Amino acid sequence: MAVTDSLSRAATVLATVLLLSFGSVAASHIEDQAEQFFRSGHTNNWAVLVCTSRFWFNYRHVANTLSVYRSVKRLGIPDSHIVLMLADDMACNPRNPKPATVFSHKNMELNVYGDDVEVDYRSYEVTVENFLRVLTGRIPPSTPRSKRLLSDDRSNILIYMTGHGGNGFLKFQDSEEITNIELADAFEQMWQKRRCYHFSFSYNELLFIIDTCQGASMYERFYSPNIMALASSQVGEDSLSHQPDPAIGVHLMDRYTFYVLEFLEEINPASQTNMNDLFQVCPKSLCVSTPGHRTDLFQRDPKNVLITDFFGSVRKVEITTETIKLQQDSEIMESSYKEDQMDEKLMEPLKYAEQLPVAQIIHQKPKLKDWHPPGGFILGLWALIIMVFFKTYGIKHMKFIF
Amino acid sequence: MAAAMPLALLVLLLLGPGGWCLAEPPRDSLREELVITPLPSGDVAATFQFRTRWDSELQREGVWINLGRSSVMSSQGSSAPLSTSSTPPTQSLPLPPSNPWVWPMTLTTTFCAMLCCRGRWSAPKTSPPGRSSCPVVPRASLISFHLLQAGLSVLLKADRLFHTSYHSQAVHIRPVCRNARCTSISWELRQTLSVVFDAFITGQGKKDWSLFRMFSRTLTEPCPLASESRVYVDITTYNQDNETLEVHPPPTTTYQDVILGTRKTYAIYDLLDTAMINNSRNLNIQLKWKRPPENEAPPVPFLHAQRYVSGYGLQKGELSTLLYNTHPYRAFPVLLLDTVPWYLRLYVHTLTITSKGKENKPSYIHYQPAQDRLQPHLLEMLIQLPANSVTKVSIQFERALLKWTEYTPDPNHGFYVSPSVLSALVPSMVAAKPVDWEESPLFNSLFPVSDGSNYFVRLYTEPLLVNLPTPDFSMPYNVICLTCTVVAVCYGSFYNLLTRTFHIEEPRTGGLAKRLANLIRRARGVPPL
Repeated sequence: MAVTDSLSRAATVLATVLLLSFGSVAASHIEDQAEQFFRSGHTNNWAVLVCTSRFWFNYRHVANTLSVYRSVKRLGIPDSHIVLMLADDMACNPRNPKPATVFSHKNMELNVYGDDVEVDYRSYEVTVENFLRVLTGRIPPSTPRSKRLLSDDRSNILIYMTGHGGNGFLKFQDSEEITNIELADAFEQMWQKRRCYHFSFSYNELLFIIDTCQGASMYERFYSPNIMALASSQVGEDSLSHQPDPAIGVHLMDRYTFYVLEFLEEINPASQTNMNDLFQVCPKSLCVSTPGHRTDLFQRDPKNVLITDFFGSVRKVEITTETIKLQQDSEIMESSYKEDQMDEKLMEPLKYAEQLPVAQIIHQKPKLKDWHPPGGFILGLWALIIMVFFKTYGIKHMKFIF
Repeated sequence: MAAAMPLALLVLLLLGPGGWCLAEPPRDSLREELVITPLPSGDVAATFQFRTRWDSELQREGVWINLGRSSVMSSQGSSAPLSTSSTPPTQSLPLPPSNPWVWPMTLTTTFCAMLCCRGRWSAPKTSPPGRSSCPVVPRASLISFHLLQAGLSVLLKADRLFHTSYHSQAVHIRPVCRNARCTSISWELRQTLSVVFDAFITGQGKKDWSLFRMFSRTLTEPCPLASESRVYVDITTYNQDNETLEVHPPPTTTYQDVILGTRKTYAIYDLLDTAMINNSRNLNIQLKWKRPPENEAPPVPFLHAQRYVSGYGLQKGELSTLLYNTHPYRAFPVLLLDTVPWYLRLYVHTLTITSKGKENKPSYIHYQPAQDRLQPHLLEMLIQLPANSVTKVSIQFERALLKWTEYTPDPNHGFYVSPSVLSALVPSMVAAKPVDWEESPLFNSLFPVSDGSNYFVRLYTEPLLVNLPTPDFSMPYNVICLTCTVVAVCYGSFYNLLTRTFHIEEPRTGGLAKRLANLIRRARGVPPL
């Protein structure tokens, strides 16, 4: 009896222990899920896509940028969170045999220009100065909202640059360059602003992709944390273009971005593909150049970083059961309505001006110009004349003046 | 995914308190309209117009108008209307009241952003135009209006709109009377887009057209936010001769009025009329010519103008504007406004105006010289054009040399000169009655007729492209390469000649191979190396 009792007690103890362990495993599984949910720590996504080349023969750089723009928009980042900078207008170029289109695949399979592209910085506005101002937030106050990068310290930013580059620099519009040191300093400025809150022009994590010749030199100098960088070629190598189109007459895309576009076309907002897959895109056999990447500054392991963390705008939603009642501010509306009505009574009737008041134009008096005091030159001239006069004719004439 | 938010919806949201929450008469309204005019040459001109009216006192509130993406602060504190156009149509707009023109920088940057400008904005804020109108953008590309994709804006797709021989777009903001007594004002925003489709692209040789052939889509539903949504088709030739053309579906109502001095008839298709889009859920207006139209030249308008730059070389040039008055017996005055960039230095003493070979002195001249890098030249003249004549206005200029940092990245393309703006009251053949603002179609009230004997026209000439003396930007690179080569070759060799010293070197006693060879030679009995 005692034996069976002890046996049964042991069995129950064992059962409870097992149950508890299962329970804890289940609980930790839920905790893991919850942790995964808030894993990446960003709340919004931004993208800065820059094409730095002008002229018709650099069609492929514009097509590169537009195809990344298209993927990013498709995966959910809205236009208000994308700053698109195109240095030249290929779609409206007089040499474009198919106006209003920019193709990325030959035989005109894919028009990446689309119907609702929104270019924020165009033509001459794409300069090194404007690019750095967008990144650091030092923009003149009259800049429209669509031209600002209003990121905060919980934003993941994707920066894509393409154009012609060299060892340590990227050429903007055939007239100026940005060096890798300037870029690294700009990112460091963004990182330092994390202490401020709300539109502090900083970032949570930053993915930098560059498709130029010797692109890896551009990310060599980064020193701020949380930056992951990809480049299409190593130092000393050239990034090559993909395929020309005989109808359009130019090369349509660069190889690296072409294969990145193919890779991104298979991603949807719910994909679990991670960055390690992006690093494998375009091996040397396809790309001829060796793509490189840099992850030492990044805190998370690349295999835990989803593609949609940077390319998409997957929002974390918290559902709450509280209800919030929005009050109309009826007093303000009523008072403004009353003011309008009062104005109606008080104002005299207006009338439209004459369309071309010829008589008035002919007979108007000439406008009185504002009187400006004489400038420095005139004053100096007169002072000289007076001095010479008094030196010649003697000081005794002064008393007639004063 | 609605990447393009509805324009009017945003406007409503941003109107602040009030607006559509209270049970009041609506404080803003949207009307849209499409006018299709077959031209005698077989081309088809289509003009879209979208009018939004805000019944609020913008002077106090300073409403933010969110036009698609960019926000525009309407000119707070001034009641001057605002218009910007780019390669604008030959339609006209009424003259603004003579208030000083306030140009906040935000407006210029945002409208510039909206209209996809190329080059710099040529009328900065320090040049109020005085008597007449609006700055114009020298050259702009067509952009898509971010409008609700319903109603007429369904037809605005870039791929077809670019297969046109002419397009122009304009944005006008102005105050209008809210009621007949005009005790308060509302603000009106009009966006217009005019395109001319080339007949041979649309019709494959025949000059028939249909909405589907032109725009590659048909109208399916009216814009839910619009209070009026109509399509007008010009069927003036139909009325004159019943055998010329046939419009399908047959219109229910027609509209007749005197437009630009001639009597015209329009067929009306009202999208808000439920009978219009009933069975097939789409409206495809088609026009078939029963008898092919003779290829007659289009009727010449009473006022048209042309502008060009002449001269040779990169130092001087001459800017000429030709004004044509083709009216057989009436002369009328024209107000000519020229805004020339500062880097074309005008010589006003060379300004000559000749009509029919004789000098024509303008009734009014206003000239504001340019300040380098600050403001452009402003030249405004009121010229009487004699009947049936050509008037030539010409002025010589000198091209300035810019600082090397001021050149654009592609300076050899040239620099644009804004079109000149001509405003005139052209005598009309048929007396017109004054328009009713609410009842008449939008194209009639954009430039309403106040006096029936003439109609107001604002014309824009072509923008011009001039070359400035451009330095050769490859020279710094060339100079560095050349001088470095010269220094390396000449000075380097000279230096070597002067400083190279020669030492006698003891031959080394040879390595292992030599010793081995000497060993073998000693064995052979031959003298060593």
